[in-house]
Amino acid sequence: MIETTEIEVLGKKDTRSGFGEGLLEIGKKNKDVVALCADLTGSLKMNAFENEFPERFFQVGIAEANMMSMAAGMTIGGKIPYTGTFANFSTGRVYDQIRQSIAYSNKNVKICASHAGLTLGEDGATHQILEDIGMMKMLPNMTVIVPADFNQTKQATIAIADLTGPVYLRFGRPSVPIFVKPDADFQIGKADVIMEGTDVTIIACGHLVWKSIEAARELAEKGISAEVINMHTIKPLDTEAVLRSVAKTKCVVTAEEHMINGGLGDSIAQVLTRNNPLPQEYVGVNDTFGESGTPAELMTKYGIDTRNVVQAALKVIERK
Amino acid sequence: METQELEKIASQVRRDIVRMVSAVSSGHPGGSLGCADFLTVLYFDKLKHDPANFKMDALNEDVFFLSNGHISPVWYSVLARSGYFPVSELATFRKLSSRLQGHPSTDHHLPGIRMASGSLGQGLSYALGAAETKKLNGDDSIVYSLHGDGELQEGQIWEAAIYGAAKKVDNVIATIDYNGRQIDGDLDDVMSLGNLSQKWQAFGWEVLEMDGHNIDEIKATIDKAKSMCGNGKPIVIVMKTEMGQGVDYMMGTHKWHGSAPNEEQLADALTQLEETLGDY
Repeated sequence: MIETTEIEVLGKKDTRSGFGEGLLEIGKKNKDVVALCADLTGSLKMNAFENEFPERFFQVGIAEANMMSMAAGMTIGGKIPYTGTFANFSTGRVYDQIRQSIAYSNKNVKICASHAGLTLGEDGATHQILEDIGMMKMLPNMTVIVPADFNQTKQATIAIADLTGPVYLRFGRPSVPIFVKPDADFQIGKADVIMEGTDVTIIACGHLVWKSIEAARELAEKGISAEVINMHTIKPLDTEAVLRSVAKTKCVVTAEEHMINGGLGDSIAQVLTRNNPLPQEYVGVNDTFGESGTPAELMTKYGIDTRNVVQAALKVIERK
Repeated sequence: METQELEKIASQVRRDIVRMVSAVSSGHPGGSLGCADFLTVLYFDKLKHDPANFKMDALNEDVFFLSNGHISPVWYSVLARSGYFPVSELATFRKLSSRLQGHPSTDHHLPGIRMASGSLGQGLSYALGAAETKKLNGDDSIVYSLHGDGELQEGQIWEAAIYGAAKKVDNVIATIDYNGRQIDGDLDDVMSLGNLSQKWQAFGWEVLEMDGHNIDEIKATIDKAKSMCGNGKPIVIVMKTEMGQGVDYMMGTHKWHGSAPNEEQLADALTQLEETLGDY
């Protein structure tokens, strides 16, 4: 057993509620913030904003294409539109609208996407998008943020108002442990090293950050010192943080609630290939669709649970 | 502006269009020629704007979105001729490093353009968004948009149509270029829109109709549309046009939707279009 960085659990909440609280707070601070929703106000926790600022809230009905292009149009005249719907309908359904009117036209739209990934649960694969990070990070001008818990989602929701340009903010449905301090200084594009270690670097985003913390604790019991990095910003990627850590550990595990193809792991692999080729193992969904089930069951079945991070770490250390 | 003056400008705009597309053997002359009269009237007589000081935010200015971005030649010509950028720049259309991209783009910072278009069906949504922002800003300027008739086959148009009426976006004037033709043939053969005016009425829009080649009628119809703003309903003008208007061999067919005239054909076209303001 070796010492690990102590991480205090501050409670348990869903990340989408962090978005709802953050939206209300930035709405109070910045009068240019407006919000659009495609008939999922309750699911996105946008009711508080709607009640406080009814004139700045736009219910567009089940018409996501119109919502995305309208949001782009609303920037003309200085508004900062936040769109809200499920991640699947925020990206795959409206990719061309985002591409032409938001990314290519470089408009100050914040695409806020809930119920991302397998942990949407029982609704099944039609709604469990696992390709969205890839699609969004490929678009020029787009910033991609995947916060890890309630507090960080709230902080990110507030922070993106000050960044001029398109943003994809991805969060989720289930209640998960809160470990980011409520007063943390969230900086877009700057990774958080949340546990320091010397044997392996675990780089994770979203719900997999907590799983990686759990994995690091298990690894410590086996005498392995793992460094855990919360890579909340996929693009622009904090390349320096990656290289600094691997200079010490010489190997990487990436962990995400996303397809292995095209996600965070591939972004990290690109950094390694170009700068310091070292062994990497991926924890992610391997080229398959999800299915109905509880979030916990799905994470286990599709290989994105704590034990998968532990196994990947042991494997990658062997490859050093 | 006097009708005769506007007709002169429209003739020069048509010369610009055929010269631009012919120079690069690509682009869309048919629809461009068909919308030359409308855009000339809009930009030279009706729009509240400041071409010499283009500002993206358009505060207290009218806004225009070209939803059918492929008719960029007519828009570029009208923008240049009304003072947004030098007329000489029309010679760079569709060439490498030009601000005049094949389809309109903000990426190259061409004054007068506020949104990329070309992938069809999105411009009515842009207009509704910009119109909602104008309302929030207490800005009583108007948002205009132009759409192809074939473009109305895109589903997003009808999402926007529902929104515009349901939310009473009454500071939008959309115009449909109803020339009845699209790339693959006549609109009625490809996929008929049925009774277009009745469709818009059923969606809750105020519908006006006009002849898109009668300058006086265009002026009067836009004035009427402006007078109807603020009454709780969005407005659409169904504008009857002829694809290729002004060049005899381009009229009465869909074949010049996306084909450029060669040198000989260009010479023929130019004999039919009076040079009124000087070629670029």
